[in-house]
Amino acid sequence: MLLAFDTATPLVSVALHDGERVVVEHSSEAPMKHGEHLAPLIARALDDAGMVRQDLTAIAVGVGPGPFTGLRVGVVTARTLGFVLDLPVYGVCSLDAIALEVVETGAAAGSFLVATDARRKEVYLASYDADGRRLEGPVVTKPAEVATDAPVAGAGPTLYPDDFGNAIAPARPSAGWLATGVSGELVELLDPEPLYLRRPDAVAGAPRKPVS
Amino acid sequence: MTDEPLVLGIETSCDETGVGIVRGHTLLADTVASSVEEHARFGGVVPEVASRAHLEAMVPTIERAAETAGVALSDVDAIAVTSGPGLAGALLVGVASAKALAIGLGKPIYGVNHLAAHVAVDQLEHGPLPEPCLAMLVSGGHSSLLEVSDVTVGVEPMGSTIDDAAGEAFDKVARLLGLPFPGGPHIDRQARSGNSVAIDFPRGLTSRRDLERHRFDFSFSGLKTAVARWVEAQQRSGATIDVADVAASFQEAVCDVLTRKAIDAASSRGIEDILIGGGVAANSRLRAMAEERAGAAGIRVRVPRPGLCTDNGAMVAALGAELVARGRTPSLLDLPADSSQPITTVVA
Ligand SMILES: [Zn+2]
Repeated sequence: MLLAFDTATPLVSVALHDGERVVVEHSSEAPMKHGEHLAPLIARALDDAGMVRQDLTAIAVGVGPGPFTGLRVGVVTARTLGFVLDLPVYGVCSLDAIALEVVETGAAAGSFLVATDARRKEVYLASYDADGRRLEGPVVTKPAEVATDAPVAGAGPTLYPDDFGNAIAPARPSAGWLATGVSGELVELLDPEPLYLRRPDAVAGAPRKPVS
Repeated sequence: MTDEPLVLGIETSCDETGVGIVRGHTLLADTVASSVEEHARFGGVVPEVASRAHLEAMVPTIERAAETAGVALSDVDAIAVTSGPGLAGALLVGVASAKALAIGLGKPIYGVNHLAAHVAVDQLEHGPLPEPCLAMLVSGGHSSLLEVSDVTVGVEPMGSTIDDAAGEAFDKVARLLGLPFPGGPHIDRQARSGNSVAIDFPRGLTSRRDLERHRFDFSFSGLKTAVARWVEAQQRSGATIDVADVAASFQEAVCDVLTRKAIDAASSRGIEDILIGGGVAANSRLRAMAEERAGAAGIRVRVPRPGLCTDNGAMVAALGAELVARGRTPSLLDLPADSSQPITTVVA
């Protein structure tokens, strides 16, 4: 039983996959509250599926890119569960989970983009071919610099309709599709390491100003 | 439930990733990974740098603690974790990891108050806490006087800093004197060869008027400014600055106010035991002065060894073990990390 979750966007999404299909999927829209929602959703998913923790065989986690705080909640949860239950832990680019859903649901006819909210008036962006293979990215960029008429999934088109006029579903990565991707070997497996794409904001201490 | 519960504690409120394992009052492991060196060039803790370091250190630190303790994690009775106060993003890494442990092991989780944990840690060294006791917690993040009747239930704040924390003052003065971050140990070392009455630095909130409103509160911002002014005046007049004398005089002013107010607070409530915790409790002058003055007032002083005074996982585990032993209700899995968790909330 594969446990998958994603915390790279305001949506906290959790799913269990038995190798054939998604057995249960729970999610909650929880901006800034990933830490409060993820663990109860995991516990509920196990309960609803009539499973116990010993039934788990692998963990998959969306590693972003996305806001750092939420990413860390997902990644540290995955690593800790993997350690304590002695299970393999796979990272998946969260934009790839969105792309897989686009392809599998036929939301785009050809190549397309995925753009999610990177805050600070920027987006996380990756481009995909018609089969969902990632061509470029993920990168962090200003929407105006990559404005396009091509189909764009993710929250980008909602946030920047002038730059991304051709919106397609879905807007958020789902743990169900993430699990399907891992289970069916349809996505690239990464280390469970956040895709930060930005360095920490920190400046070396400025010379002290005199007080008098 | 056993009165000697096996508890794993996680602490990530600032820049140390701490994991401790205790059995009752017995310390089995106290493993700490620090990102302090990554912050040194910034002259203070950078939250995002600390959070990233916590994520990388978390699982290896849990693993090392379990190895050191020689216990199987499946044998622990409960997980305890600092849920606040502290840096929000840093706390969140520890809390999320603790929840994953709780789910993965099928054990209860206690989200505990960092300050109460600083108090509870002394049990690992000196046995059960005297009840009540007066706790003085002094570090880079806190300067508080607390009345502790039962560390698992309620901690009553009596006073705290109205501006800088005591440890912050040490860091700032160290920087002013060209000493490295964190400043506490360097000031302490310099002060040993200095004259503590060379410069008469101000004692914050000790005037009669201040004592009316802020009897048990601290202020270190004025002291820091006074040191800066003094150093600048010396520089302007071309005089060489005796770093040891400045360090000793500054340290004397801090320790004077801290010990005076702690003893006054204890005496005012008829409390006969003072417990000192937090990183500044490692300061040798503070320890000596507290012993001497409290002794004269008929008050006993307990200070854990320096390694247990700074932030660590053992203190969280120690409080967790006490909560389990006293049958307190655990937290829920939706436990938040609360950067400003009030001291009166021992378990979130
Ligand atoms: Zn502390």
